Amino acid sequence: MEIVLRNLCKRFGGFQALEGVDLSIASGELIALLGPSGSGKTTLLRIMAGLEFADQGEVRFGDEDMASRPVRTREVGFVFQHYALFKHMTVRDNVSFGLRMRSRPRRPSRTDIHDRAEELLDLVQLGGLGDRFPHQLSGGQRQRVALARALAIEPRVLLLDEPFGALDARVRKDLRRWLRELHRTIGTTTVFVTHDQEEALELADRVVIMNIGRIEQAGTVDEVYEHPATPFVFEFLGNTNILSARIESGEVFVDGGTKPLRLHSTAPQGAAMVYVRPGDLRLADDVASAPDIPIVVDSVHRTGPLVRAEVRVLQGGAMLTVELPHLHHDTAHFLPGNQLRLRFLQHSVFPASIEAGRTAAPIDAIGYAAGRIRARADI
Amino acid sequence: MSTISTPAESGPSSALTEPFHVRALLTVTAVTFLGVFLILPLVAVFTEALRNGLGTYVDAMLDPDALAAIRLTLIAAAISVPANLVFGVAAAWAIAKFEFRGKTFLTTLIDLPFSVSPVVAGLIYVLMFGAAGWARPLIDSVDLQIIFAVPGIVLATMFVTFPFVARELIPLMQEQGTDDEQAALSLGANGWQTFWHVTLPNVKWGLLYGVLLCNARAMGEFGAVSVVSGHIRGETNTMPLHVEILYNEYNFAAAFAVASLLALLALVTLGVKSFLEARHGAELARSHRH
Repeated sequence: MEIVLRNLCKRFGGFQALEGVDLSIASGELIALLGPSGSGKTTLLRIMAGLEFADQGEVRFGDEDMASRPVRTREVGFVFQHYALFKHMTVRDNVSFGLRMRSRPRRPSRTDIHDRAEELLDLVQLGGLGDRFPHQLSGGQRQRVALARALAIEPRVLLLDEPFGALDARVRKDLRRWLRELHRTIGTTTVFVTHDQEEALELADRVVIMNIGRIEQAGTVDEVYEHPATPFVFEFLGNTNILSARIESGEVFVDGGTKPLRLHSTAPQGAAMVYVRPGDLRLADDVASAPDIPIVVDSVHRTGPLVRAEVRVLQGGAMLTVELPHLHHDTAHFLPGNQLRLRFLQHSVFPASIEAGRTAAPIDAIGYAAGRIRARADI
Repeated sequence: MSTISTPAESGPSSALTEPFHVRALLTVTAVTFLGVFLILPLVAVFTEALRNGLGTYVDAMLDPDALAAIRLTLIAAAISVPANLVFGVAAAWAIAKFEFRGKTFLTTLIDLPFSVSPVVAGLIYVLMFGAAGWARPLIDSVDLQIIFAVPGIVLATMFVTFPFVARELIPLMQEQGTDDEQAALSLGANGWQTFWHVTLPNVKWGLLYGVLLCNARAMGEFGAVSVVSGHIRGETNTMPLHVEILYNEYNFAAAFAVASLLALLALVTLGVKSFLEARHGAELARSHRH
């Protein structure tokens, strides 16, 4: 089922939770709503479900206007962070609840309901546990029961509110992979909320990054990670080094660097900020060297798969973090006190006026989205 | 009392261990206090009741006035407890699960009978429905006697026991939040189904507990009922009032006999309460933080 949201606004007392959100979700997509707490992602999900109503704006499932329909008649499957299983019912009764509550003409027979519940329990790999009570299951199993219960009503869309938030890291990873498989099997349009960028990137077809009641960027994993629209998106998706720079006649001069970076788009002359991930820094060599920043290594930590070095730019003293795979040949050179030269594998350039993106005010969000410049170093 | 003496038995490794004489002193003090103020009076009630033999005890129970008092007490409880059960559940449901204007005021209002003296509660009804009461014309028109009659006693009992069920349920329901209800609604259940299949089973032990306390109070209420009753023997006397009358007539054996029934009720209530706490302690503990 296709979902269309248009110009959604929602205010709770003095707090603007959503401020003009537009989003289209194609049928069968798996979408992640990603953002820090207070960004409006859960509110958006609850408005789709009908658990919350927008002050203004449109909610459509396919051609049907849903904006004023209550949750009861929307036919959405909703999964809560803390499962919200009915404690006094067996697992099977939990799963069949939606079917049992139907009015008599629409209600399947008792045996059909029983069979359907068993089928769903098999689907979520809990076959044979139908007679247990929720408190006899582990967290991961409970969340799968909640999912089976939501699927029992054959929902038009599946909405999950931080579905793995209450689980420990190991179980979370397993369930993530499992949910991806399940989505491939059932094909229901699915939207889930998370504040974990790794979870969003690993699971979703498209990621919607939210901040202070607005959508900062919506796109595929590659789009948001490789081409972040705003400094906020860049910083939210991983560790970030920020360097100030100048743009002059189509070239970017990074402070402390000796060679300009090429700029592949037209951009206003003047002050700019260059964003680069710790893992995208390497030693400069004969083939590729820009921006060729002389640094001195301050400290080195080995963390298993990664070697992480803190380095100081010789000119200006800015601190940078460099991350290398532990077997990379560059690691031999990263010893405290060594003087080296760095190049970028990949980076983003944003006009300096909007570097305030760290604490981006919503007005600025438009400003820097429009003023985005993107450059890519040759690797 | 075993819980009191437990620390005395724990080994010297316990960081909380006091010297033996301190432990002994504290234990003896506590046991004496409990004995004098709780156990002794209870024992006295039953010994006094049976002082003149079992025959007198049975006679006192089978006295027509005593039977009438027992019947009236049961009627008052049988009406006020279900009424307050329905009201209490409705009020708790509204306060815990919904947001509305005047919610704080309603919560305070529910507590009113706890803070008002029962005598005042009784007087309210006398002032309303008594000979000079302002609602008098209204009830005269339907030819209904309220004061010095059964309806007045039921009203006074209801007023006094009003908060028990609601007070028990509100914190419990608030603690449970609304996720379960939202889940039920999203699965297509209507409001009534959600309440009946999800909300009510979630609070059933708390509810039973509240009803139990409500019932104990309804049967034991003295002050408010005393004001509206008129003390007409065989007609408007409840058990507590009957005990007082017998006592004032120096008929101690009969007074204690009826009193022993009330004491028995208290013991049964305590017994069931402890059983509930032992079996569903975690769930009930949450509701007792108020």
